[in-house]
Amino acid sequence: MRIEGRDLTIGYPDRVVGRGLDVGLDTGEVLALLGPNGGGKTTLLKTLLGLLRPKAGEVALGGKALSHYSIRARARTVAYVPQVHIGTFAFTVETVVLMGRTAHGSLFSRPTAHDRAVAAAALERFGIGRLAQRPYTEISGGERQLVLLARALAQEPQFIVLDEPTASLDFGNQGKVMAEIKTLATSGHGVLFTTHDPNHALRAANRAYLLRDGTRIAEGTVDSVLNRERLEELYRAPVEQLVDPETGAVAFLPR
Amino acid sequence: MTRSALPGLAIATVVLIAGLLLAFTVGRYPVSLGDLAHVLFAKATGQDTHVAPAIESVILQVRGPRVLAAVMVGAALSVAGTAFQGLFRNPLVSPDILGASSGAALGAVLGIFFSLGVLAIQAFAFIGGLIAVGLVYMIGSAVRARDPILILVLTGVVVGALLGAGVGLVKYLADPYNQLPAMTFWLLGSLAAANVSDLLPLFGPVAVGAAVLVALRWRMNVMSLPEEEAKSLGVATGPLRIAIVAAATLTTSASVATAGIIGWVGLVVPHLARSLVGPDFPRLLPAAAILGGGYLLLIDTLARTAAAVEIPLGILTAVVGTPFFIWLLANMQRTWS
Repeated sequence: MRIEGRDLTIGYPDRVVGRGLDVGLDTGEVLALLGPNGGGKTTLLKTLLGLLRPKAGEVALGGKALSHYSIRARARTVAYVPQVHIGTFAFTVETVVLMGRTAHGSLFSRPTAHDRAVAAAALERFGIGRLAQRPYTEISGGERQLVLLARALAQEPQFIVLDEPTASLDFGNQGKVMAEIKTLATSGHGVLFTTHDPNHALRAANRAYLLRDGTRIAEGTVDSVLNRERLEELYRAPVEQLVDPETGAVAFLPR
Repeated sequence: MTRSALPGLAIATVVLIAGLLLAFTVGRYPVSLGDLAHVLFAKATGQDTHVAPAIESVILQVRGPRVLAAVMVGAALSVAGTAFQGLFRNPLVSPDILGASSGAALGAVLGIFFSLGVLAIQAFAFIGGLIAVGLVYMIGSAVRARDPILILVLTGVVVGALLGAGVGLVKYLADPYNQLPAMTFWLLGSLAAANVSDLLPLFGPVAVGAAVLVALRWRMNVMSLPEEEAKSLGVATGPLRIAIVAAATLTTSASVATAGIIGWVGLVVPHLARSLVGPDFPRLLPAAAILGGGYLLLIDTLARTAAAVEIPLGILTAVVGTPFFIWLLANMQRTWS
């Protein structure tokens, strides 16, 4: 399956954020969206999720216009993992993950035994089954991110879209979430995530999409796109490239 | 370890039963528990009673309707408050946030001003509440904004203030010897005048509104998430918000039309219920309804027995509610967020 934006003009009712954007993602693939603040990453993300209507162009999901999907059918195909937030009420972790099952039930239904089994399996997959009855408000930031990933998985979607999944995490949890994103692709999901760290794109993504001032700077496999020159162009800042002499792994640092 | 809702629901039920027993037995004309049981049993089975007719009349005609009205109003305001706190993602919200009470107040004082009958005044209050919320919703929706919830709340505050000015104007123009005391009394809230004919107009809207909220209980969990998150989980937030607001407004307006302005119940009870059974709406709504019924019943019993004259309900709920609210602010971290 493929989700694809063709010749998109993105933005809000009162302003245009980006023009002429083509972006596509297949299941089984991880695409990283990189770019400076205000460059249009989040706007593009929300347009692909159907939360914002494109001002021109079209988003297609599995060959059919996204706007022709019902809100429930869309949620069964594309899941959204927002930036970690605490929330107003102290729902248990299990309830938070069960909310991912909402689109599989009818307007008046409550989660079924099957829904609970799916939610439990999603929690187990990320190794946080022991948290099921803890209040979501009382667990750590890294655990919350995993809970939101489990909720997305419980939607049983084809695609998972994450907004800065590593933004508020400590070093160790950043690595853990990157690893989980990679395994989501191996289990057949298409994953799109935004990040401020090109190293995370290198770690977890197959392809990268570089966006500045609402314009595509470059797109391609991470090896071909993520290099010093491109990143300097993207962020208009000097960048240093480090290479591990033993493994040949590459990392970037702002200078 | 799954946290069961049963202990919490049991506590709420005990509060309600205690409220019922107290409300029927305590008062200027004390009734023994034995007489109460006898009369209710005889009434239920259609037998003749052997207690004094005065006692039977106190139980069935005087206290019965008032008790039922108190339970329904308390449950209705609590369920509406629970729904609004979830919908507005804010635990400090009460059922009058969108102007239902201010609209009902203006309707009622206008009814009194035009010297209408009791039923007409109640109808004016009920319709006033519905119109006020409808107006707030239309203005709020017409303002194109990224955060519709915030705009809705602010519109509610602004329109509520305007309606408050309207109430002030009508009171200023009212006959100070007849109408003004009636208005003041109504605005302070009371169940003293509740009788059998009040029960059906109260029960109908409350039952419809509560049934809608209970039917949507799982979706209300999702509605307490940020707008875009709820949408991405497959919830049509716009239509659902209208349904929830309409249902909560129906119960609130019917309550206010019967009992006048009773603040605090819809703010305080949802918190108490949440501390008993947690924030999950499928268990929170019944807990809030049961606890709210018991709570207002206890307050109303206090209102008619604590002093030689009846204390207005609005005053008592504030006296009880304020210290509770301060305690709540101090312990906020534990009960929510």
